[in-house]
Amino acid sequence: MKVMIAMSGGVDSSVAAALLVEQGHEVVGVTMRLWGGESDTGCCSVSDVDDARRVAQQLGIDHLVFNFTDDFNEHVVNPYVQAHTQGITPNPCIECNRHVKFARLSERATLLGFDAVATGHHARATPSLVSGFELERGADRAKDQSYVVHMIDQAELARTMFPVGAMTKPEVRAHAARLGLRTATKPDSQDVCFITSTGGRSTFLGTRIPFRSATVVDTSGATVGEVPAVEMVTLGQRRGLGLTGGAPKRFVVDIDIEHAVVTVGDEADLLTQGHLVRNMTWVHSPAHAAAFATVLVQCSAHGTPQPATLAIESDGASVNVQWNQPQRRIAAGQSMVLYDPTDRFVLGGGICA
Amino acid sequence: MNARDTLTYLDHAATTPMRAEAVEAMLPFLSDRFANPSGSHRFARSVRQAVDEARDVVADVVGCQPGEVVFTGCGTESDNAAIVGTQRRHGGIAVCAAAEHHAVLHAVQHGGGRVVGVDAAGRVDLDALAAALASDASPFVSVVSVMTVNNEVGSINPMREIAEIVRHHAPRALLHTDAVQAPCWIDLRTITPHVDLLALSAHKFGGPKGVGVLIERQGTVLEPLLQGGGQERDRRSGTHNVAGIVAMAEALRLTDIERQAENRRLAGLRDRLVDSLLQQLPDVIETVPRDVKVAGSAHVCIAGIESESLLYLLDEAAVCASAASACASGAMEPSHVLAAMGVEKRYSLGALRMSLGRTTTDADIDCALEVLVAAVRRLRGAPVHPAVGMKGVPA
Repeated sequence: MKVMIAMSGGVDSSVAAALLVEQGHEVVGVTMRLWGGESDTGCCSVSDVDDARRVAQQLGIDHLVFNFTDDFNEHVVNPYVQAHTQGITPNPCIECNRHVKFARLSERATLLGFDAVATGHHARATPSLVSGFELERGADRAKDQSYVVHMIDQAELARTMFPVGAMTKPEVRAHAARLGLRTATKPDSQDVCFITSTGGRSTFLGTRIPFRSATVVDTSGATVGEVPAVEMVTLGQRRGLGLTGGAPKRFVVDIDIEHAVVTVGDEADLLTQGHLVRNMTWVHSPAHAAAFATVLVQCSAHGTPQPATLAIESDGASVNVQWNQPQRRIAAGQSMVLYDPTDRFVLGGGICA
Repeated sequence: MNARDTLTYLDHAATTPMRAEAVEAMLPFLSDRFANPSGSHRFARSVRQAVDEARDVVADVVGCQPGEVVFTGCGTESDNAAIVGTQRRHGGIAVCAAAEHHAVLHAVQHGGGRVVGVDAAGRVDLDALAAALASDASPFVSVVSVMTVNNEVGSINPMREIAEIVRHHAPRALLHTDAVQAPCWIDLRTITPHVDLLALSAHKFGGPKGVGVLIERQGTVLEPLLQGGGQERDRRSGTHNVAGIVAMAEALRLTDIERQAENRRLAGLRDRLVDSLLQQLPDVIETVPRDVKVAGSAHVCIAGIESESLLYLLDEAAVCASAASACASGAMEPSHVLAAMGVEKRYSLGALRMSLGRTTTDADIDCALEVLVAAVRRLRGAPVHPAVGMKGVPA
């Protein structure tokens, strides 16, 4: 097959490319230029592109750089910034996968005559017993990335390859070392690629939206502190609220962005019985997910999935998730991903309202 | 493998294949004649003579005195030396046109200079230039930079008229021209009399990479970029790239001899290429009219496709062309030239620069046409993947 492999310059996509070559595919490596601004991590820096190119040269495959900065700004960065003015905290890596990697790149690959797009994600596209394909967790549970690629649908799964999905991270690194790839010992990227470690989220947002100070009140309404930027406050936050110490632990339990009021309370005040999840995507269909009495729901990239029951709206676009046990509330904008009861297969996912 | 036998090379504005005579000319200086021309022994003096002779050749083709020729490391260095060197010596700010090469544009912007607009063909807007120079705003303008030929779209700036405007409105200002794209197409003797500074790059006319020229007309005093051994009469320190300088002079000499005939020949090939494209493909524009651009330039904008995709398909068929400049990562940048010209986005997204040169043949044009027409039809006709951007997000 003719396969386009998205190469970030990291070890996973390097090894993914190597495996595709070993399997005899016709492989072309592509590094996407996504962020035009300052960066110290992620997939956009020139040194990462250098790494990807050198690995491609070593493997004897072509390497191209595609400029998707406009798409990235439009679908990832601008919505991320705007969401913060509404008290919403999106996951930019998921939106990048949704709109850029498994949309824009995949579209271009088709146009240019490629049969499949591969990435270095730790996830698996496996033939399904139901129909088509399953989106399965990566073999290395600790490194599993099915959460961030949960929006891939059947059409996309049929032409997506995750060559390292069946490997553990140590196996990936060992393979890279065996081949002498320069990325063998490169550390994993951790952070959002367009936010620098020196400036952080506050610098990034602070230069793009006006920050408003907010009053911090307790659940009785009494003022207990102040914060300089209500846009930077997250549900469940404990530090940086200007509270006096000593008292029992207090958490942000509510953010009224419109009136710039932050409410703090006990851990118990954070708990909820359920959540409304919107913008659902389904690996198979709403009916397929509805057939499970209980599912597992994961609320962050490496969070522990919790059992819940689903009440799916008739159009399949939104779901009421009812926890079996009360759980901490999830910030609006975060993605919630549903897994089957064996915790192996993605059923679908959406965005917390 | 000889690249020229297997590739259809239509990227002469990026770089040209070296002339065999230029390669031949440089070889002795990469082996036996290795002396440093600044040395005092006979071995050095013989190499010094080669540099001096090369300088005479360059001066003759450019139309200046040998003492006005300064050898540099590349075109970018020459542009920077002109702009930064003027500002360091005389103060003031620089003014340039919006369609300049980044070697000029970024140097001007870095120094706090002003950028004036261009017309729809990418030539400097003469009224805007006059206004920028006539304004009383301080600081004063110490250097004006306008390229002779645009590297992307091939348009030719009227240097004589530009000089008149500069002399009239800013008599203290030096006029620099980035003539890097000019030597194959324009007799530099018609440009040099109008300017104070002129930049060339050897690899754009069949010479090697890594050597350039800055013409500094008599009376022009700049602060050198490099401090050191005082080579090039204290104007550019650093040991001479002797092999490069000798090869560049030979390439420039031959370019000058062949220019007229090549202009005629390549205009014919270019016209056939573009005419045939326009005839076979709807919704394609010729970016700049032929009467205001150089003969080797075939720049078109193709609606309904993206340059990156088109270049991939051309590359697959071993046709070398380009779109705009690439950034450090190798990604295509949107063209600042087309933006300055006001080209509609639906056209500028599908920009394609094909640049012809000395090695271009009839067969190259046939091949390019066949591949290009098929690629555009494929990109325009292919069904768009159904899932694009819509997964989970209501329209």
